[in-house]
Amino acid sequence: MTALGALIRRDVRIALRVGGGALIGVLFFLTVVVLMPFAVGPDLNLLSRLGPAILWLGALLASLLTLDRLFMADHDDGSLDLITMSRTPLELACAAKALAHWLAAGLPLIVATPVLGLLLNLDMVATGAVALTLLAGTPALTFTGMIGAALAVTLHRGGLLMAVLVLPLSIPVLIFGVAASNAVIVGPTPFGAPFSILCALSLVSFVIGPLAAAASLRHGLD
Amino acid sequence: MSLIDLANPSRFLALTARVLPWLAAATVILLALGLYQASLAPDDYQQGATVKIMFIHVPNAWLSMLVWGVMSVASLGTLVWRHPLADVAAKAAAPIGASFTFLALLTGSLWGRPMWGTYWEWDARLTSVLILFLMYLGLMALWRAVEDPSRAARAAAVLTLVGAINLPIIKFSVDWWNTLHQPASVMRMGGSTLDKSFLIPLLVMATAFTLLFLTLHLAAMRNEILRRRVRSLQMMQASRIAFSSEAGTGSRDGSASREIGAT
Repeated sequence: MTALGALIRRDVRIALRVGGGALIGVLFFLTVVVLMPFAVGPDLNLLSRLGPAILWLGALLASLLTLDRLFMADHDDGSLDLITMSRTPLELACAAKALAHWLAAGLPLIVATPVLGLLLNLDMVATGAVALTLLAGTPALTFTGMIGAALAVTLHRGGLLMAVLVLPLSIPVLIFGVAASNAVIVGPTPFGAPFSILCALSLVSFVIGPLAAAASLRHGLD
Repeated sequence: MSLIDLANPSRFLALTARVLPWLAAATVILLALGLYQASLAPDDYQQGATVKIMFIHVPNAWLSMLVWGVMSVASLGTLVWRHPLADVAAKAAAPIGASFTFLALLTGSLWGRPMWGTYWEWDARLTSVLILFLMYLGLMALWRAVEDPSRAARAAAVLTLVGAINLPIIKFSVDWWNTLHQPASVMRMGGSTLDKSFLIPLLVMATAFTLLFLTLHLAAMRNEILRRRVRSLQMMQASRIAFSSEAGTGSRDGSASREIGAT
């Protein structure tokens, strides 16, 4: 337990310090959201209708962008080999690393959401709904994306290949995240059903992600 | 003859060389029979003649999921039992599965145009099959991105097993969500609701398509084994050239170019 705690503390610290690059994700999120009004035009009604979708897409891309750091830096300086060989089960170590990554790179996205919602003409309730769905959904993005990060580090290939592999897995999260947000803002459909499915997706990814990432690291690093 | 006997690629090649002609012949006969029966099947009282798209569309859709199932079993073979031919099977199946999935989507959209009035609808069944297609393409990209086949095999195996989660979602999407796509009518609790005059040609076509997959898969596995042999021969040759040029005889340039010219 202390080993996992130490791992989480270490990863968060590294991510927040100079060269860690966790906050670049937030900057990217801001840039993507700011780009949207230039693409669809500054029509405030249209923007508030598209708002949840824009915020979700931005968060999805931002968390994907920061994911390849998850194992790459540790692999470069050799600490990934130590983690693989240590007595802590690799699955738990992977889960701890993903949790740390979400704390450092995922949470800031959610904190930034209200500000960005202002730019997109979302009212208080809508912004709250989007932030809540992001809070429930971004862990799923991080934990499924971790599989892609583990594959990327074992194959020495990152970038586009990882995006191609991970994005299809994140489609369900996107569908139910936007559906739950829209249920609050416009729809007559209840908020509960898509939101529960979103939480279920996160819970499933807590199990599948570490197992698959650990399997890929164990079979791939040799 | 157990599965482990096939671990020897030479034995596998010898066996498939004997089996393949029979499989191909059976596929052709069953396909001809199925198409003939399908052409004799009566028109639907609502859909008219377009119902005959079903005899192509449904086997393609079934096969698109079956192939991913075969690949998942092969991936278990790679990761758990370390069967030497498992990753060959997984790699050879991916393009075939992608073709079946593409054909299922294509015939489905051609059928949807007269029936639903649209080529594409973002409903749960269609979307989940589209995700399956994207995952097939991603898997093929993964196989192509890495030079060393055994390294790519383990990564692809992990990804295949993760992607297998999509299969039950596709199967039950029509029951879980209220979709435009019709609910299951053949493989369901309480027996098929399809009339015999449609069901029998459909089952014949499904068997024919399964045999078609088996034939193509075995042939693709043969090709893959031979391709790997060519690759290892080329690497042996390259290392021999490198070694002989390191030994440093006067005429090394001439001999190297002759060797490359010979391949």
